[in-house]
Amino acid sequence: MVIVRGVRQSFDDRVVLGDLDLTIHQGEFVALVGASGSGKTTLMRLLSGLQAPDAGEILVPEKRTTVFQEPRLVQSSRVWQNVVIGLQKSPATKDLALKALDEVGLGEQAHAWPATLSGGEAQRVAIARALVRRPQLLLLDEPLGALDALTRLNMQALLSTLCAKYQPATLLVTHDVDEALLLADRVLVLINGIIAHEVIVDSPRPRNVSKGLDTQRLNILSLLGVTTTKTSE
Amino acid sequence: MSEDNVETGVLSAPKLLSQRPRKASWSFLTRILLPIILLIGWTSLAKSTLIPPLTLPTPLQVGSELKGMYLHQHLMSNIGVSMLRAIVGLALGAGIGFLLGLLSGLSKIGEEFLDATLQMLRAVPFIALTPLFILWFGVGETPKILIVAFATYFPMYIATASAVRNVDRKVVEAAKTFGLHGPRLVKEVIVPLATPQILTGLSLSMVFSVLALVAGEQISSQNGLGFLFAQSQAYGRNFEVFTCILLYACMGLVAATFVNILQRFALRWRKGVAVR
Repeated sequence: MVIVRGVRQSFDDRVVLGDLDLTIHQGEFVALVGASGSGKTTLMRLLSGLQAPDAGEILVPEKRTTVFQEPRLVQSSRVWQNVVIGLQKSPATKDLALKALDEVGLGEQAHAWPATLSGGEAQRVAIARALVRRPQLLLLDEPLGALDALTRLNMQALLSTLCAKYQPATLLVTHDVDEALLLADRVLVLINGIIAHEVIVDSPRPRNVSKGLDTQRLNILSLLGVTTTKTSE
Repeated sequence: MSEDNVETGVLSAPKLLSQRPRKASWSFLTRILLPIILLIGWTSLAKSTLIPPLTLPTPLQVGSELKGMYLHQHLMSNIGVSMLRAIVGLALGAGIGFLLGLLSGLSKIGEEFLDATLQMLRAVPFIALTPLFILWFGVGETPKILIVAFATYFPMYIATASAVRNVDRKVVEAAKTFGLHGPRLVKEVIVPLATPQILTGLSLSMVFSVLALVAGEQISSQNGLGFLFAQSQAYGRNFEVFTCILLYACMGLVAATFVNILQRFALRWRKGVAVR
């Protein structure tokens, strides 16, 4: 579970987050959408402890992991070693890594060097690395943003399955409104450092954005300042 | 001209922009080509009348010098002694340079504390230290090894410090979020990623170790390549001087080969290497 109360953060004179409140329950998948510069990344960095807020309170569970936009693998370690990086070393560690890699469909690449992987494969290693620790909080910082459209669809399904299986509190930061509606229980719209809007998505999974979610999609897009003209055919 | 060509333009396979892979045997020939050209040039120069005959030996004369030095002057054991001094001095100097480089590269305090002093010491020519080192450490092995160490710490220090500073911050940040910190972070992430540049520092240090050896072994040595060198100079045996210089060059080649092998082993993960 995550509790954020009255968090403020500014850089020089620019207010990035102003009085932000946010609660995520265990097993809940929350997506945060916002235009660039709206404070998404700052919130992520605060939650993962990479920086401290100017004011306010942040309560997060001990076991939390992040999937970044880039895979951020250690190039000089083999794939399986990357998955268990930072864990206590024991004979069981490697088995743990191999199992996690199997789950993301990369069991056969366990001994490869990261430099030989494709972008999608490397990102799957990053997902395995985040989930092998059984986090209570999973932070997804635009994890699929750099992938091609086809790979992204597969990875969305993979993330959806794995999150449903392990039930961490999940916060997904994304530009992609469709992705947010596809994966999340709740979509928050961040505008100028405050949560301006909340959409509860309760349609059953697996979802299809073109069915039933259209109104919510247009609603969020217009909040984000995207003008969409509905073409009637 | 046919109608087709007018419509689509002339088509051709794209020009290959990357280098074609070459056969290992060709690559070896390419490596030895320039030395062979130099050898031919040297031979013809030595045999010509352009220069006085006793100032430059022919390769054959160098061969017979080598044979003479091997038979009468314990060439092999002298080279061995020199190599050992170079290696011990290098291990000491490069080891210290590496550790100080880590300190300076990893922490702001370390850099503020160390950098100015080391930059100052670096400007001191190690040859100028020879008389002082004799005064302080006598004429045994110690001053020779210390001169090599003094000459070799700096390339390693500067390479390590900048390599560590240039490791991808994003990867280090990620490693931290996954619980790595302190010595494990340095050992498992930062140093492996910094290795390419650190090895460049090591290869420079190795070159300096040979240079310093020449200076160090001038200190009343009874053995070593530098001793042979000093003797042949003292007795005006020009061909022997030339032969010694060639031997130093060969030590440089040995050092370069060593670093090359180390690189292949330590950098298997790099893209160019890994996908080969």
